[in-house]
Amino acid sequence: MKKTFKITGWVSWLVWVGIIALIIAAPSFLPVFRLNLLGRYLSLAIAALGVDLIWGFTGLLSLGQGIFFSLGGYCIAMFLQLNTSSDLPNRIPEFFSLYGIQSLPFFWEPFKSPLFTIFSIFIIPSLVAGFLGFLVFRNRIKGVYFSILTQAALLVFFNFFNGQQKLINGTNGLKTDVTQLFGQIVGSDSMQRYFFWITAILVILSWLFTRWLVRDRFGDILIGIRDDEARVRFTGYNPTLFKTIVFSIAGGLAGISGALYTVQSGIVSPQFMTVPFSIEMVIWVAVGGRGTLLGAILGAVTINYAKSLVSEALPASWMFIQGGMFILVVTALPEGVLGWLQGSGPRNLLSRLGISRTLPTYPDLEARESKGVNSQ
Amino acid sequence: MKELLKLSQISVSFEGFLALNDLNLSLQAGELRAVIGPNGAGKTTFLDVISGKVAPSTGDVIFKGQSIRGKREHRIARLGIGRKFQSPRIFENLTVYENLVLAISKPKTPWSLLLDRLSKKQKDQADHLMNIISLQSQKNSLAGSLSHGQKQWLEIAMLVGQDPDLLLVDEPVAGLTDEETDLTADLLKSLSGNHTILVIDHDMEFIRRLNSQVTVLHQGHVLCEGSMEDIQKNPQVIEVYLGQPEEEEG
Repeated sequence: MKKTFKITGWVSWLVWVGIIALIIAAPSFLPVFRLNLLGRYLSLAIAALGVDLIWGFTGLLSLGQGIFFSLGGYCIAMFLQLNTSSDLPNRIPEFFSLYGIQSLPFFWEPFKSPLFTIFSIFIIPSLVAGFLGFLVFRNRIKGVYFSILTQAALLVFFNFFNGQQKLINGTNGLKTDVTQLFGQIVGSDSMQRYFFWITAILVILSWLFTRWLVRDRFGDILIGIRDDEARVRFTGYNPTLFKTIVFSIAGGLAGISGALYTVQSGIVSPQFMTVPFSIEMVIWVAVGGRGTLLGAILGAVTINYAKSLVSEALPASWMFIQGGMFILVVTALPEGVLGWLQGSGPRNLLSRLGISRTLPTYPDLEARESKGVNSQ
Repeated sequence: MKELLKLSQISVSFEGFLALNDLNLSLQAGELRAVIGPNGAGKTTFLDVISGKVAPSTGDVIFKGQSIRGKREHRIARLGIGRKFQSPRIFENLTVYENLVLAISKPKTPWSLLLDRLSKKQKDQADHLMNIISLQSQKNSLAGSLSHGQKQWLEIAMLVGQDPDLLLVDEPVAGLTDEETDLTADLLKSLSGNHTILVIDHDMEFIRRLNSQVTVLHQGHVLCEGSMEDIQKNPQVIEVYLGQPEEEEG
């Protein structure tokens, strides 16, 4: 795979003008229901950026990002539940009374603080990711074994959260849509509009942050780890440290993503930790384009929007379409849609259709390569 | 001269098979040393032990007066041991310049890579290295697009960029043309003096051209040491090794 985040001029501009125009215009022409969907999918894009960072750049295929996504969601949901329970008996969330719990479990206490909650949304998932990552990377577990381990960890977390009724309401999850924030109902139209704006801004900030990470030598080392870890080691870098940091950052991004998704979908539950959901995150990035960052955002938003539109029109057909899309990307577009657009894809297509006769010539190839542009 | 590296009584056992057997070797600072030996003599394992990839079952490795046995690879690399692999190992999806910069960067920590700017001196060094290996014009080409010989040189240049005291060079001329082989030999000779270099190779012409002390490995053990002429006269060496290539050349 090529180093493709050096986006060639027009594709990048076009995409950005499109995204920003869409975000600014969306609240005025989309009904709140659709706006809310778009907001949710934009929040998923943040998790996708993390997946691109660890998979597209560093070569770590994690099938367990749902863990960190859910942790972020639970953090905000616990805060919102507590924020709304001051009038309730024992001043604890309502569901506790179903199980006869009289006092708040200890780990809920800090979530009474809004400040703690805001930080916990990304710090808790990134600490968990960093810890898991360090154990795995220190033992030099790589490739398929890493993927299997992350999926196993996901199942462990799923079973734990699913089974703990008395701690976090188990399989029912925590609802946020009827809770209150600043005296307003979280599920109300006006609140949802705010959440859309917050999400849009955070997507752009996350993109800027991940781009800053990969644009220079740090990103080069990540690519080096992906392509030849031993060389990185013998050059004097400690891959374990870099991988732990990057995995932890991806966990933090997934946490932010999960929190934003939770407040916009109205509930967090162990369903966020099911296996298919974490695999979908990988598909968004694969389809959008690994190692492009922008492709991860586009993949997450468009695939999910397509999913909701297709599911409304032709229920039950979405899984076939998603599977087909994945097969198409693996066989025909290994660099994803954006990777294909940035490479020689469009030109090859045009010349195959007989529209353009320009074939890549040797001096042209050299000129392209010397600009660091994808040429395969 | 000062002793830079000393291996004493090194044995490495892979599930009962002794890849290295009671190996003793010492290198002086600034020396250029060639190590030869037939296939399976333990040449690559020997480099693995020095660079930390394989931990010896017994024995000790002393580098600059300090034991490096059991240290992790990146620590050993930072102490000043650089390694070139048998087939060129470079970062193919990075440009020539980026490859060199990663080797030159110091300190090699995440924070430094993210927050520090490359100094003028480091940039100059990257340019200087590209000049030595004549890749200045391909500064921004992906390293994967280089020819085999250019990749070998790029890897050697990366090694030099790490500024190690000891360079371990594993078969640098495998797959190179005669002309490239000669240039590589000159490059290594010009580097010795400032650096201590340990070269492993099969190619007798290349070793002869290095004009250095030669150590012959056989079955994980040092068979003998000396100049190329001494080695060629040694009956034991002829028996295990030199006989065959000589015949092939004729």
